[in-house]
Order: sequence, then structure tokens, then C-alpha cells
Amino acid sequence: MHEMSLAEGVLQLVEATARRENARRVKTVVLEIGRLSSVEPEALAFCFEAVTHGSLAQGAALEIVAVPGQGWCLPCGATVAMAALWGACPRCGSHQVQPTGGTEMRVKEIEIE
Amino acid sequence: MCTVCGCGAGETRLEGEGLEPHDHPHVHADGTVHSHPHDHGADHSHGHAAAAEPPAAHEHVHRHADGTVHSHAHVHAGEHRHPHDEAGGHAHPTAIAGDLDYGAGPARAHAPGMSQSRMVRIEADILDKNNAYAAANRRWLDARGIFALNLVSSPGSGKTTLLCKTIEAMKDKVAIAVVEGDQQTSNDAERIRATGVPALQINTGKGCHLDAHMVGHALERLGPAEESLFLIENVGNLVCPAAFDLGEHHKVAILSVTEGEDKPLKYPDMFQAADVMLLNKCDLLPYLDFDADLAEENARRVNPDLAVFRVSATTGEGMAAWLRWVAAGLEAQRSRRSDTVDALKRRIAELEAQLGQAGGPR
Repeated sequence: MHEMSLAEGVLQLVEATARRENARRVKTVVLEIGRLSSVEPEALAFCFEAVTHGSLAQGAALEIVAVPGQGWCLPCGATVAMAALWGACPRCGSHQVQPTGGTEMRVKEIEIE
Repeated sequence: MCTVCGCGAGETRLEGEGLEPHDHPHVHADGTVHSHPHDHGADHSHGHAAAAEPPAAHEHVHRHADGTVHSHAHVHAGEHRHPHDEAGGHAHPTAIAGDLDYGAGPARAHAPGMSQSRMVRIEADILDKNNAYAAANRRWLDARGIFALNLVSSPGSGKTTLLCKTIEAMKDKVAIAVVEGDQQTSNDAERIRATGVPALQINTGKGCHLDAHMVGHALERLGPAEESLFLIENVGNLVCPAAFDLGEHHKVAILSVTEGEDKPLKYPDMFQAADVMLLNKCDLLPYLDFDADLAEENARRVNPDLAVFRVSATTGEGMAAWLRWVAAGLEAQRSRRSDTVDALKRRIAELEAQLGQAGGPR
């Protein structure tokens, strides 16, 4: 979904930082994408290459750190691993699991020179 | 272009006029009028919640110089190593709980003077810019006691008809303003205007969703009345609008019974983001093989807190409960605002009393 808009958002953050640091070019961009976020890493990587063309980040390597999904299961009263937003608790099978981790979409850091 | 939805930027139009880049005309005190382009990249600060627990293991997707992409799980246990064996496989340290710390990665290990390259931490949410605009919209709405709803659904679920019927039922009791989002045409805004309330069409061009910046401009243009109802009909798309906060108080997802019962499972992000689901076109249930209970059950699997109303905008069936929910939201928003105003008045009275004491008898 909307990976193009997100890739543009990433580029804005990266370019602003690179300019502030007087970088000549951006070598690596590190993103943190949660398993429960609405982002498809492969599609984002594809869009990133397209939007960075002609920018300071052209040709930069994109590293995507996938953060596993976590949720709070009400019946268990415990933090459990979640594979999907609608997933059941792996311990008790309940769907009353509130996502607590793995929903992030963040630009973590960049390597510049 | 986005491989999934074809979304692109820079083609947004508000009632036919381009949005970015744009100028604002200004009228000065002496009557001169001029305009100049400006930037909306206003600085803002925001708090970050610390991650509850650092994930022990995670995966990286890597793109290699030859263009191949792959991913593999590994753990950061201080030093970040990727030994590669001859067969092209990967060996990694076994799982040890560790911080997600890229500072320990190879780039950080470069000694000063060895290489010109360096790592710069950003640690910013990709949606920060949108979220900042959304927060500004929400502050603006709250300060005026306006109740805002963002209606989301697939195309053809009956959003516009539902809006028209809601407006007709409520317009005598409350002021209403509407924003209509579509890729092209102003047909929907015209349908809303026919009910007698102001409506503004936003054409997103190639864009697949409304964003908070567009809605901020729409608020400026429409200038909704204090303590009014502000309705946003998002672009018909059950995927992308889920991620974009517009500053609304609730997302309302509309599912029609001519779609599948499993739509909440197929598109969970939207039903997760919504607070309310309207099951529309319920008058057609006798003619369809649609299990309404199963649809509700699926939606609650994705979002246990979801409020569900079964309605038919065409026959009016079930609309009363939905209208009561909207009226309750309006009332809550008004009383929250008057509480704020009362609290401010009390504070002013206290400060005046303090000032009077400090200044002695007058």
C-alpha cells in the first residue's frame, strides 16, 4: 500500500539530515519496519530506488530491519508473539490481542560521506 | 509508481486548483495584496515512546551490489557479524537477547580518518510529517468543539448515499461541512451540496488517499462552524487511508453486504484503524448469500473494540442507532470544549485574584 508516499517521506527525512550534515552523498539508509505495520518491504525497496533517483541518496543501499509483531493477550494477561494484526494468541487462541510492538515504520539512521 | 496501488504525489487538486507548490495571497493593513510561495515543513517536536522490550531477533532485507535481494534473521549481540560461507548460505550467532543497536554495526566500527563515511541517527517515524499536520488539525477542531469523522471504505459501498442521508437527518440540528476525496471529478461534492450543506472536493490525482495536509487546507477553505459536524469522505480504498491520520476523532469503516464477509480479514489494517463499522445495504440481505453475523465476527477478530451498526441508507433501516452515536460524539466534543473553556476561565479568575493581592489595595 501507498509505498510510494512512504518512500517520499523517507527521502524527505534522509535529504534533510544529509543536507544538515553537509553530506556529499548517502551510502546507506536503515529503516525499521514492523511486521504488523502496513508496509510491504519489497514494494518499499522498489519505490525507494525510484524516488531517490537524482537525489543525494541515489544508489544508496536500503537496509530494512524487520521488527517482529508483539501483542498483549487479555485472557492470558501476557505479551505474546503476533504474526498478523488479526492473528490469534499462540497460547490460548483468543483474538483479544492488542498489538504492542511491530507496528513501527521508522527511519533509523543513514550512512553518509 | 507504487507497485501495489499506483499511488503518486504532486497531483492533488482542491476544487480544480493545484495544492503543491502553492502561493497564498495576503492582504496587508494598507490594502496591498501580494502572494508568495511558502513551505509547510514547519519544525515540530514530538515525544517518542521507548520500545517496551528490545526485540531479540529480527530480519534484514539486503540488496546486494548485483541486485539480488534476500533476507535472513539474525541477532545483534553487540557486534554485528555476517559470516558468509562458500555455498552462499549465511551463518549467524545464535539467539541472544540484545538491543536493536545499529551503532554496533560495521559502519560504526570505522576508525576516524580511515573512511569519510559516517552514520547519522535519525530515529524518526516515516509518517511524522503527516502526523504533525494531523495533530494540528485535531487541535484546531478541538479548540472549536468540532466533531470530525473520516469515512473509509472500498469504492461502491454506499459512502456518499450514507453521508447524504446522515446530513438530511441532522442538518436542522447541527451545522455540517463535508470534504470529499476522489481521484477525479467533483460529482460527490455536488451530490452533498444538493443536500444544502457546504462541501469541498479534493482530487488526489494519482494519489490513493487523503493526507492531513490536504485536509488542513480544506479546513481553511471551508471554515466549519464552531461545535459543528465535520465529515471527511476518504478516497474509496480499503488499504491506504488506514495509515494516514487526518486529525479526525474516529475513522468509520463502511462495509456493504454486497461485498464478502471476509473483507475485514483481507484488509485488516482498515478495520483495525476504525472505531466504528457500518454494515450498509442491509435491505438487500434477503436476496444475498451474505452472513452478517460472520462479517461482524470477522471484524471483531481484527478489532475487538469495534462498534458495529447494521444500516440501510436507502430504506433508513438501522439509521437511528448510527445517528444517536454521531449525536453523542458531538455532545461529548462540545462538553469537552466547554470544560476546557471553564477551566481557562477559572484559571484567569485565579490569576486576577493573585494579581489583585500582589498589587495591594487599589
